[in-house]
Parts: sequence; C-alpha cells; structure tokens
Amino acid sequence: MESKAILKTENLNIGYTSKKGKIEIAANINIELEAGKLITLIGGNGIGKSTLLKTITSIIPALEGEVYLSDKKIAAYTPETLAQNLSIVTTEKLPASNLTVSELIALGRHPYTNWMGNLTENDFNHIENAISVTKVDHLKYQKYSEISDGQLQKVMIARALAQDTPLIILDEPTTHLDLFHKVAVFKLLKKLANENNKCILFSTHDIDLAIQLSDEMIVMTEDFCVQDQPCNLIEKGVFDTLFKDEHIVFDKAHGKFIVR
Amino acid sequence: MQKNFKNSSLFTGLFSLLILAFLANLALGNVLIPLGDVCEILINQTHEKHTWTYIILDYRFPKAIVAILTGVGLSISGLIMQTLFRNPLAGPYVLGLSSGASLGVAIVIMGSFLLPTFVADFLVNDYGILIGAFFGSFLVLLLVFFVASKLKDTMSILIVGLMFSSLTSAIINVLTSFSSAEQLQKFTFWTLGSLGNLNQNQVYLLTIVVSIGLLLSFTIIKPLDGLLLGENYARSLGISIKRTRNISIIATSILAGTITAFVGPIAFVGLAIPHMSKLIFQTSNHKTLFIATLLLGAITMLVCDTISQMPNQDFTIPINAITSILGAPVVIWLIIRKKGIR
Repeated sequence: MESKAILKTENLNIGYTSKKGKIEIAANINIELEAGKLITLIGGNGIGKSTLLKTITSIIPALEGEVYLSDKKIAAYTPETLAQNLSIVTTEKLPASNLTVSELIALGRHPYTNWMGNLTENDFNHIENAISVTKVDHLKYQKYSEISDGQLQKVMIARALAQDTPLIILDEPTTHLDLFHKVAVFKLLKKLANENNKCILFSTHDIDLAIQLSDEMIVMTEDFCVQDQPCNLIEKGVFDTLFKDEHIVFDKAHGKFIVR
Repeated sequence: MQKNFKNSSLFTGLFSLLILAFLANLALGNVLIPLGDVCEILINQTHEKHTWTYIILDYRFPKAIVAILTGVGLSISGLIMQTLFRNPLAGPYVLGLSSGASLGVAIVIMGSFLLPTFVADFLVNDYGILIGAFFGSFLVLLLVFFVASKLKDTMSILIVGLMFSSLTSAIINVLTSFSSAEQLQKFTFWTLGSLGNLNQNQVYLLTIVVSIGLLLSFTIIKPLDGLLLGENYARSLGISIKRTRNISIIATSILAGTITAFVGPIAFVGLAIPHMSKLIFQTSNHKTLFIATLLLGAITMLVCDTISQMPNQDFTIPINAITSILGAPVVIWLIIRKKGIR
C-alpha cells in the first residue's frame, strides 16, 4: 500500500546496545511524518527524545522494529542517497574552524557534488535560496564562530535546507535562545514546512509554542508515545500525563501549563 | 569574487617564492655558485666549471628535491591529522608517528639478529627500512586513534602521543644494548638524519612513495571538508567516516613513515605549516589549504635546508635542529594565542 508518509516507524524499540546487553529506553513507537507538516516532539528530560531522533536518522540502530523512509527501509539506503533524502540539525557543538557562514551552508551540497566538491550553478542557486529564505544574507562572509547562538541556529537550518531533502529533523533547535529567537526559529520552520512542502520534525521543550504552531505533535512519556494534532491531544488530556508532578497542571482553556 | 582574486594572487606570490627558494637553495652553500650559472647548469646539464656541475647536479639538486618532498609530505600529513583529530596541535611528530617510524627502523636494523642470516640480509636494505618505518608509524597512529576514540579532550591526546614517543625511545634503548657495534653505528647514522645522504635510487623511491601518499590524500579533500562539522554532520552528508579515516591513516603513515625512513625524524614541520596556511589564507576549505600547504611546506624545507648548509661556512647544522628552533616557538605561540583550544 502506498502511503503519503515520508517517514514511518513500525513497532520501533529504541535504546542502546552495550557490553552488558540492550538498554531499552522506549518501546512500541509508531509514528508517521507527512510532507508539508511541522511536527514537534515533546517529552520530559531523559525520556528518549534524542534517542528516537538518532534512531530514525540512522545514527544509531533500532533495537527492534523498522524505520521506513519513503516506503523503503532506512537501513537499505546508501549513505549518499540517505543524505539526499534526510538532513539533520543536532545540538552538537561544531569543532573550531575558519569556516564562513556561506561556506558552512555550501557544505550542505556535499551529497550532490563531484569528488572534488566543486559547486555547480545549480548548487549555488540552492545555497542562495537557502540563505534568502532563512534571511542570513548579512552574515554570509562572517565566520560562524563569530555569530550569536540564534544566528547560528538559523545558519544550521539554512545548511539543512541547502541539502535539499524532503525531510529535515532537528534536535532541540530552540534551546538556549531567547523568546524572540525561539519564535523566529519556530516561524521559520513552520514556513518551510507549509510553503516549501518540507516535512519537518523537531524536539523541543517549548510546549506552549509547539501547541500554537505545530501541525502535529508527538508526545513521549514513560508509558506511551502518541502522535496527533495539538487540539486533539488537549482534548484527550495527554498533556496532564507529561510531568509526574501534581504541582504542574495543564490548563485546557488557555493551552498552557500552570504551576500551582 | 574578491576572495578568489585574493587567493590566486597569494598563490602566485607563494609560487614565485618557491622558485626563489629553490634557486637560492641550489646557489648557496659552502661553495657559492652565482644564480646565472645555476640556471645554466640546470638547463644545459653542463658548465665549464666541472666541480660546479657536479655540486649542483649530483648533490644540491637531488637534495633540494628531497627537501621539497619532505616539506610537502610532512605538512600534508599534519593537515590531515589536524582535521581528523579535530586538534589544532596534531602532527606526525607530536603524535609520535616519527618515533614509531624510528622504532620500526630500529627493529629492522638492530633486531635482525633474531632472524636467520639470509632473512636478515633480505630485510636490511632500503625497502626493509621503508617497510619498517611505515609499519612503525602505522601502528602508533592506530594506537593514538584508539586512545583518541576514548578521550574527547584534545590535550590528553597530545600527552598520549608524548607517552608513545617516550615508550618507543625506551624500546629503542633496550634494543641498542643487544646490538652489535656495526648495527648501532648504522642506526645512529640514520637517526642523525639528513636530506643529502640519499642515493639516486632512494630519491626515486621517495618520490614515488610520497606521490602515492599525496594522491591518496587528494581523494579525501571533500570528506575532510565535511568533517569540519563533526562526525555526525559529516555522516548525515553522506560521507563514509570509516573510509575517510582508513585512507587518512594509510596516507599519513605512508607520508610520515617513508620520509622519516629516508631523512630521519624531522620535528614540527607537519604541525606548523598547516597552521601557517590557515593563518595566511584565513580559510578551512581543504582544497585551498592543500595547495597552500604544499607550497608552504616546500618553501619552508628549502629555506631550512639553505640555513642548515650555512652559506660560506665550512660546517653544516643538522636539519632537525633548524626545524625545531623555528617550529617550537610557533607551537608555543599558537597555544598562548588560542587559550580556548580544547
């Protein structure tokens, strides 16, 4: 059966394999990511958000179950074709180097360039487009080590955009940013998903913003992992189960958490 | 683009410097030969003064070629290691590759008493020394890599490199106490190192092997650029980390190993030259850095060699002393300037 989903998981169990055996972090995850949608992944610290993202981006193997990218098992992709279908933005700190912003964004064209990494006219068009959509033109010739965290986050998104993939996955892109920049990143991702028909999944702790801006949300708790539209999740009272603390209560009417 | 223009004028400048340094290297020495005569000898292969022809063609020209190969090879291996270890202070000498090569050579020259005579005779020649040096540096690099994968702190990796250096010299000391006077003499001559002691065949061999190492390095220019973003990003760009790492290890061991085998351990060139390129060109793009490092490496070794043959004097200074005197302050300055290196 042909599905609309770009990425789909089937009974996915995630975790790590160590010498002592398998450490399972979450089990039975079934999610579907569709084109044109901004999807946020929320859950408490240590619940396995990053592990899930690492598993579906093929950085670490799944313990059990399957991840399908465009109806094909993700493990069956060669590194190069995977890079043409999926781009990532991680929380990792970049190693020190002299790269300028435009050089950094140009690295996104790697999966398409020849063995010497020479950029063609087409590559330059993609790079220019990524720069103008994310509005980082004024930073182009600066070194990435000299720009602010909020600016760098936009640049990393531009890099993922230059990679020209239907699916972009980001790990906590709004952490360490002030409210202004958080909103800017949220709106940018929303625009990319809705207007450029990208499928964008990212994890975040900014639940209020996520409820307002995402098309769908994936909520991870110790007991379950559920995906739905924000309003439906509110209806079902899923957010009440997010934190195991009676002092944090979800206010359905306003769509946000309050502390009692 | 402005940057392209700036780069190409810099390259032109460096290339002219290289030609100058090459000619100066041929002209200067304890016998001074005027530049015009040097060019005449190079072009016509002959000159009315036979001693000059002999000095240039049989001694200084091959030595200049060896200097260029040494500078180029060590600097490129340093550049690769700095990106691969994400460590601005990495280099073939600092991480113990040169000591590993020394140990390999020591085992070939002095450890051959353990073997039957005919095997020993088979081993103790240019090829044996070459293979010993390659495997010596290869093994040390593998060990450093293994340790580096356990440690994230860049400074500890350097300390580990230092430990490997001490360890290998200790093993060499043990070996020397077992070896005969003749073997000891042979090994001591090797450790002193010199760019001028190679015969024609050795120069050919060095040229071929260094070319292979450089060709291998050229194939990983693109993945090295990707690695500037860290391993996870590089992988997400479709780069095979394993393949890049394997080629890097083989290429750097070939370069650092063979050069050490033929000219002895040369300090700091591999560490300082990539830095000079990065400072001058203000980029991390490996295509630019490769060419810059090639040119600067060749120029620096030619200049060091010219200094070491002490123009107009009757004595020479070991090349290793010159590179250390020039290179060590560069490293100290780098550490002071970049307090944030981690």
